[in-house]
Amino acid sequence: MRTFTYDQADSPAAAVKSVAPPRAKFIAGGTNLIDLMKLQVETPDRLVDISRLALTDIEDMDNGGLRIDALVPNSDLAADPRVIERYEVLSRALLAGASGQLRNKATTGGNLMQRTRCYYFTNTASPCNKREPGSGCGAIGGVNRILAILGTSDKCIATHPGDMPVAMRALDATIATLKADGTRRRVSIHDFYSLPDQTPEIETVLEHDELITHVELPPPPNGARQQYRKVRDRASYAFALVSVAGVVTVENGKITTAALAFGGLAPMPWRNTAMEQGLIGQAPSDALFEKAAEHLLAEARGQGANDFKIPLARRTLIACLRDLTGE
Amino acid sequence: MFGLGKSNDVTLTMDRPYAESLLDKGVQDVIGKPLSRVDGPRKVSGTATYAAEYQLANMAYGVLVSATIGKGKVVSIDVEAAKAFPGVIDVVVDFDTFALVSQQGGETAAPAQGVKGVEYFGQIIAIVVGETFEAARDAAEQIPVVYERETGVFDFSLEHQHEKKLPDNNTPAHSSQGDLDTAMREAAFTVDVIYTTPSQNSVAMEPHASIATWDDGALTVYGAYQMPTSDAQQLAKALGLSASKVRIISRFIGGGFGSKLGIAPESVAAALAAKKLGRPVKAVMLRHQVFEATVRRSNTSQRMRLAASANGTITGIGHETTASNLAEQDYFEPAGLSTHFLYAGENRLITHDLVRVNWLLSGSMRAPGEAVGLMGLEGAIDELAEKVGIDPIELRRRNEPPRDPEKKVPFSSRHLIEALDTGAEMFGWSKRQKPGQRREGEWLLGMGVAAAARANILMETSAKVAIGKDGSVTVSSAMTDIGTGSYTILSQVAAELLGVPMDRITMKLGDTNDVPAAGSGGSWGACSSGSAIYLACESLRGKLANALGVDAAALTLKDAQAIGDNRSVPIAELVGEGMEAVGTIKPGKQTKAVNQATYGAHFAEVAVNLVTGETRVRRMLGVFAAGRILNEKTARSQCLGGMAFGIGAALTEDMIHDSRTGQLVIRDLAEYYVPVNADVPQLQVVFLSERDIHANPIHAKGIGEVGICGAGAAIANAIFNASGIRVRDFPITLDKLLPHLPAF
Repeated sequence: MRTFTYDQADSPAAAVKSVAPPRAKFIAGGTNLIDLMKLQVETPDRLVDISRLALTDIEDMDNGGLRIDALVPNSDLAADPRVIERYEVLSRALLAGASGQLRNKATTGGNLMQRTRCYYFTNTASPCNKREPGSGCGAIGGVNRILAILGTSDKCIATHPGDMPVAMRALDATIATLKADGTRRRVSIHDFYSLPDQTPEIETVLEHDELITHVELPPPPNGARQQYRKVRDRASYAFALVSVAGVVTVENGKITTAALAFGGLAPMPWRNTAMEQGLIGQAPSDALFEKAAEHLLAEARGQGANDFKIPLARRTLIACLRDLTGE
Repeated sequence: MFGLGKSNDVTLTMDRPYAESLLDKGVQDVIGKPLSRVDGPRKVSGTATYAAEYQLANMAYGVLVSATIGKGKVVSIDVEAAKAFPGVIDVVVDFDTFALVSQQGGETAAPAQGVKGVEYFGQIIAIVVGETFEAARDAAEQIPVVYERETGVFDFSLEHQHEKKLPDNNTPAHSSQGDLDTAMREAAFTVDVIYTTPSQNSVAMEPHASIATWDDGALTVYGAYQMPTSDAQQLAKALGLSASKVRIISRFIGGGFGSKLGIAPESVAAALAAKKLGRPVKAVMLRHQVFEATVRRSNTSQRMRLAASANGTITGIGHETTASNLAEQDYFEPAGLSTHFLYAGENRLITHDLVRVNWLLSGSMRAPGEAVGLMGLEGAIDELAEKVGIDPIELRRRNEPPRDPEKKVPFSSRHLIEALDTGAEMFGWSKRQKPGQRREGEWLLGMGVAAAARANILMETSAKVAIGKDGSVTVSSAMTDIGTGSYTILSQVAAELLGVPMDRITMKLGDTNDVPAAGSGGSWGACSSGSAIYLACESLRGKLANALGVDAAALTLKDAQAIGDNRSVPIAELVGEGMEAVGTIKPGKQTKAVNQATYGAHFAEVAVNLVTGETRVRRMLGVFAAGRILNEKTARSQCLGGMAFGIGAALTEDMIHDSRTGQLVIRDLAEYYVPVNADVPQLQVVFLSERDIHANPIHAKGIGEVGICGAGAAIANAIFNASGIRVRDFPITLDKLLPHLPAF
């Protein structure tokens, strides 16, 4: 860990001003950042502690949605009765992540910003274009069983490690922010993450001084069934090899809404709306689900050790769709 | 009033059976009881002091510098640049003296030294010392090092097989009997398959740690060690000191599992830094350094061959194993250790070879040999049963040898078939169906069984037992408690034999200033130290009988009273100013006259997900016969821990090296998957009543490792029973099952 200065912000406005220096960073729960700082993967020279800001409420919105402040801990969000009742997929995704202790510390905003668990990213002895742009990618041609098959580039094949953001993507969340100049903006989660392409060091559209203040969830479709399924190497405290967040409605024997987001497959929580469109208006059937899986994975490219993610994703998606549309 | 010291000392060499144990005559009624750990309250309240927790005056903090190449040379280390960091006191570079690798357990020589040449990624090449840990770590991570890279061998390929014959370690490297090839040709049924197991790390919760402090040319190290007596000798040799100048203190150890048998590189580094600075220096390995630069269990490739007649009688067993290690390091994983004696069969071939790789040292990890060897052997036995078409327990019954099938000597005690039968009854084995038949929703269910066996070892060990004038008892020895319960069980032995309540016993362990001991490893700790204490107590009982004026055989000791000849006298009144005795046990002719091993049976029920290939263990049962059980609770905990290890070995644990660079890719607890609570279901442990008069005076056998031996194989066999898929490449991760799963 390198030395850094520490500032405790007493308001969001103060926080975004305090984080102005180019190597300053916000810290909330610290469950990811501190580990990376110990390894000198992250080397901020200033930490702006936002953990004491009054951003810890969960409120009903007029449109029937839910507004979740950025510092709501994962544990609290998962246990909120409104989340359990209306956004079951989110509660389940949260509880599938990390461990009880980590969920107590990890925050909603921080979890959206969790960084990849690629082995080469977390070891400073390896080249990594995300950690050190231009240094190369250790994972391509290396040990990549856990890494991505969709949305990769020749610069980076890292996976996004989160569970909560996958559910939020299926729920069409909006992320609200505040900048140092006082402007606020609302960004759809669909536009929030960036694919690596030639700049894997850029992971989101957030600007340096931009603070996530809250997340908004629109009301879920009436009568939608929700599921989060996480496939992993051990029963708990493991990152997803493949995960599926599904919100699907069936009326009169036809699929009327379908939102499916995927973890473990790509550098961001993945969603393919064209695939979803192919489901809508159709009667559920294995043939239809096979077609959806084909659509999802048409561009998938394995690196050898992670080739298995392609059939795994196919099978997991089909099983989820059966559950979401079955009797 | 009685002689102190030497006259009471007693040594026993196990040259013949020890027919009657005083432990069966004790009336204090503590031996075997499921007592909670005597050190438990200290551990849960944070007052048990572990190596890194000693606070010495003026102590400086050392952080080790890890090489970031897999093979080559260190050209230069920019010491001045590191010293410029705030809070950094010095950087100690001593290419000749630093330990290249950890030392193996029990060796009295120094570990290989010399670190200018880099033999593996993460090799420790220097130590940065600072006024704070943070300052030292910061500099250690940034210190500029120039390397000259060389081509290394970073993958395990039989092409790199070592040519020369290996020296024998705890099992002969090569042994054969009869003609296996002919047996295979003439057999009604054969199995000829290859099982592979990956490198594994012990991942003890406590990292390797040393605090070194010098006083007038003598070194004291507060360290995390399993075998302080030989570790002090290793450290002395490494530093060019006489052994009497090195004292090791290891009162509490946060898990060892083999990784702390010998000294690790941080100890030499801390000692050198403390000497140079003239201050105590603490060096605690970072977690990734524990993975990269201590010791791993070797990966193995095991060719299993079995030949059997039409009714399943085994006529040939072949277990040809290959492990890996650094060049010049001849330790090999003795994967065939139990194959020598577990099953009958005239034609036998058991070999051990090494592939030379530039990976960190391989050495002992919990149950070296059987832990991985039985994953091959017990998998192959299950395959043979499937081919012959009989129950795997029946197959084992038909091949139960009446005596050691190679050495032709009797077994000291062996209740393998009883363990299998008892377990089968308790587990509901009769409900097991043919492969792929049981289904519960998306889950395929199956049961598996495997034999457990672990060679029993006795090591030369001493213990001093003193009765103070107040009647209190102090036991002291350089023995250790690595979390296993030594403090408790050894107190129980002394309490039973001297007839005093447990709270009158003070157990002083983990200090080389006390009498030498073999420490903890190879499941020998309880038997070796328990026997040494037994001998000392027996000697003291003789003195007490004398004092009471009765024959030793007529003496009863209970609740701190000596009873005999219709008199009951407080023990305190018989000891004058106090009395003491040193007991020493030594292995003898019994080691070869009989075959000594602990046996058991593992049963596992697993669920394999039809969609994803995820395997989850539903329940496990282990039945063990390990001679006298000294404490039912700590013994059970040992077995539970071993079985959890078995789950990890079967399903998740895998130290992966990058074959391009030699870099250890999996190097922390977020990536190296040990089973977490949710992976460990209800585990049941049952002990069969047994005494082993051949093993030692306390009639116990080792129990620290048998829990892992065969556990992973039972799970793999259950996966086969659930899914019909036989995976021979551990760990059995879902990607290995997925291609073979049926449509769903």
